[in-house]
Amino acid sequence: MVKRPMQAARWSIPLAIFVILIAFLYVGLGRDPREVPSPLIGKPAPEFKLAQLHDQANTLSSADMKGKVWLLNVWASWCVSCKVEHPLLMQLAASNVVPVYGLDYKDAPDAGRAWLAQNGNPYTSSIVDRDGRVGIDYGVYGVPETFLIDKQGVVRYKQIGPVTAEALRDKILPMVRELQK
Amino acid sequence: MNGRLACAGMLVALALAVAANAAKMEPVAGDAALDLRIKKLESELRCLVCQNQTLADSNAELADDLRREVRDLAQEGKSDEEIKAYLVARYGDFVLYNPPVKATTWLLWGGPFALLLGGGVLWWGISRRGARVTSPPSSTTDAEAIARARLEIEHD
Repeated sequence: MVKRPMQAARWSIPLAIFVILIAFLYVGLGRDPREVPSPLIGKPAPEFKLAQLHDQANTLSSADMKGKVWLLNVWASWCVSCKVEHPLLMQLAASNVVPVYGLDYKDAPDAGRAWLAQNGNPYTSSIVDRDGRVGIDYGVYGVPETFLIDKQGVVRYKQIGPVTAEALRDKILPMVRELQK
Repeated sequence: MNGRLACAGMLVALALAVAANAAKMEPVAGDAALDLRIKKLESELRCLVCQNQTLADSNAELADDLRREVRDLAQEGKSDEEIKAYLVARYGDFVLYNPPVKATTWLLWGGPFALLLGGGVLWWGISRRGARVTSPPSSTTDAEAIARARLEIEHD
């Protein structure tokens, strides 16, 4: 009779270890290892001043964006998955809910302009990051990436990879509405 | 055995591929000590595109850009710590191959030692319990057997 708790421990301890292990594996393996959380969330968006794709004599800077909620979409004409999110960006631009600015990342401006002419241009304006330096400041490591930046110029959200209909509906647009208040 | 051979073969092939890639990247001419320092730094930084490669090993375009950035910063006289901080500010701790010890990583650093300690305690407990079970108190029959054996030895 005295042995009972000992016997319970015999199977309950391994079972507990097993359950913990399963929990760790479930969470760990369910994650996308390509999604590296950005340290920029909640921090001021890195400053930039770059030539505009369609008006190369004029620049656009992060300071110009103060006071409005905006999206910065990192794209390139060579980027295959940019085509996946492109229709959504076109819809978003047509809805006029939030301005989308493009960062044409490590791209030849001619190729960038041709790509937009062919696929449609959802951007209020695109800027040219020829050598990818601004991309590095924003921690870009895979195109496309999209940043949501608030009125104070603080990065609020980062979408790694193509913007999906779910991400737009469940995360980006609710946040945009909240931040625009 | 065959599986093991295949595994070894694959490792050799991998090592060769890595060596070939490393050889492809020409060191930029300049001060040798600086080159060495940059090379060491690059081997402690992760390429975010091909995540299991260091900046030094990776052929990804982003790795090229980041190597250029590391070199520029080093040439500006920035210390290793400053260069790492520059990259961490942009890409997070993930860019470091050696994650820093802090609140969110204590499990990572302490976990193996905690497991070792836990295992040791468990092993100690089990071996003590086992010892108790395998040496039962000597019964009278044992004592008799020993006495008989003693007598036999003495008689011989």
